[in-house]
Amino acid sequence: MTSVDLTGFQTPGRGRGILDVFNHGYLLRLLIRKGTATRYRNSVLGWTWSYVKPAAQFFIYYFVMGVVLQFHRDVENFAVYLFAGVVAINLFNEAFGNATHSIVDNRALVRKIYLPRELFPISTIIIGVIHFLPQVAILLIACILLGWTPTFLSIGAFLLGLIIILMVSLGLGLLFGALNVRYRDAQNFVEIIRMLSTWASPVLYTIAMVEKALPDWAFRIYMLNPLTTSVELFHYAFWAPTTSASDLTDTLAPSIGTDILTSLGIGVVLVVIGQIVFRRFERSFAQDL
Amino acid sequence: MSEITTTQKRPSIIVENVRKTFQIRHTHSMKEAFISRIKRKQVGSTPYNALDDVSFTVAEGESVAVLGFNGSGKSTLLKLVSGVLEPDAGRVLTRGRVAGLIEVGAGFHPELSGRENVYLNAAILGMNKAEIDERFDRIVEFSEIGEFIDQEVKHYSSGMFLRLAFSVAIHVELDVLLVDEILSVGDAPFRKKCTEKIHELAQAGKTMLIVSHNMAMVQELCERGVVIKRGRKIFDGPINEAVEAMNAK
Repeated sequence: MTSVDLTGFQTPGRGRGILDVFNHGYLLRLLIRKGTATRYRNSVLGWTWSYVKPAAQFFIYYFVMGVVLQFHRDVENFAVYLFAGVVAINLFNEAFGNATHSIVDNRALVRKIYLPRELFPISTIIIGVIHFLPQVAILLIACILLGWTPTFLSIGAFLLGLIIILMVSLGLGLLFGALNVRYRDAQNFVEIIRMLSTWASPVLYTIAMVEKALPDWAFRIYMLNPLTTSVELFHYAFWAPTTSASDLTDTLAPSIGTDILTSLGIGVVLVVIGQIVFRRFERSFAQDL
Repeated sequence: MSEITTTQKRPSIIVENVRKTFQIRHTHSMKEAFISRIKRKQVGSTPYNALDDVSFTVAEGESVAVLGFNGSGKSTLLKLVSGVLEPDAGRVLTRGRVAGLIEVGAGFHPELSGRENVYLNAAILGMNKAEIDERFDRIVEFSEIGEFIDQEVKHYSSGMFLRLAFSVAIHVELDVLLVDEILSVGDAPFRKKCTEKIHELAQAGKTMLIVSHNMAMVQELCERGVVIKRGRKIFDGPINEAVEAMNAK
């Protein structure tokens, strides 16, 4: 039987991973549209919730950190500083959380029809970006009122920060999304990571404070967090130009160049690990769900 | 093994020494998995072979029925060919676009309109926008949904829902069609229409692999039958003999 000419044959169910998503652009668009169209069905406020939730979060942080702990004295335009960081971490939490649940939530499809399963985490991550854009718009309005003007460097920093967040979300999302199919503990673990993400990066405080408080080796570990780099880049893009700092690079940690490279490297490694684990677990998705 | 294949034509489906084992697993937490690994034992997991050393090929344009009683492994076989499941041993190969009339409507979202669902599901089944645009009117016409197409699917009756889902699936551009128990869809006139449509596809030279308990239909549609019993192939040959072989055991 093996003597048959096998050219043109495919093994069903063996895709090319993330690369396959590019061949399914139309399906990806429809999945994203489905996700955004059905998200707030049957709710009166609808998309307003995308604004209400971060707004509530922002005000409570501002009240505690800015007013009670008096951070707004030490940090110029603390509200903008805070909101730039909150927006970055919200994107990570939303994208990562969505991706983790995406396979289990689409179990009806995964069990019955073969399609590249990477489509599910990737489409939900893009939905996360769509929810992130209105928040960026509000941030931009606030910045413009404070005299912010776009520069190549600020836009570049924003995009770089965005890319790092998306790579980390995708890598971790693929990893935990796949693990979650067999072990539902994964989603609880993810909840912990999401809870820590706000506190383990300089959203509510400044890097200078961490540097003062931690021994050198611990600070180096702290700086390895790619989300820290992203938050710093967002600060550089939105908050720094609104301050009176004459040299904007002063607002960044001196190691920012290596931090960016390390973060991008960690992002790539996470995506590769995520993809490998996803492929391994994908073989048994249909029977584990 | 299956020397019956009169292959002047190239095969479209090759199933070679395929085994599919399900672990009947009871651990669903990391803790349990971790502990059982430390103890080096499989806690509460019993392997069972849904398919064992099954081989056959389906030539291009051929219609083959897979026969067997409930639990014999027929649907598992179809899932292996569609790619939803992967074999634990052996291999499955297909050529061309494979589409399945398997559990139609799996991708339907109740909150979306019929129209949106047609587009979404046709894309899930592998079509691009141009192909769907071209077929859209035919899909709606076949489903007899009419003006309800722009209503949310959750307001459909179960019959309407199934008709639309089936209609999308049957209009997919394909070379190989996998059919699992189609005749559970809709009322008698619609079932007749479906059977006719499948005939039409068979006539058009599409390759088919059909799982059904409806012997009359299978005998009409297929020239060859593969009989599976408890995961093993026990017969492969002309359809009439296959039906006899299945009923004999």
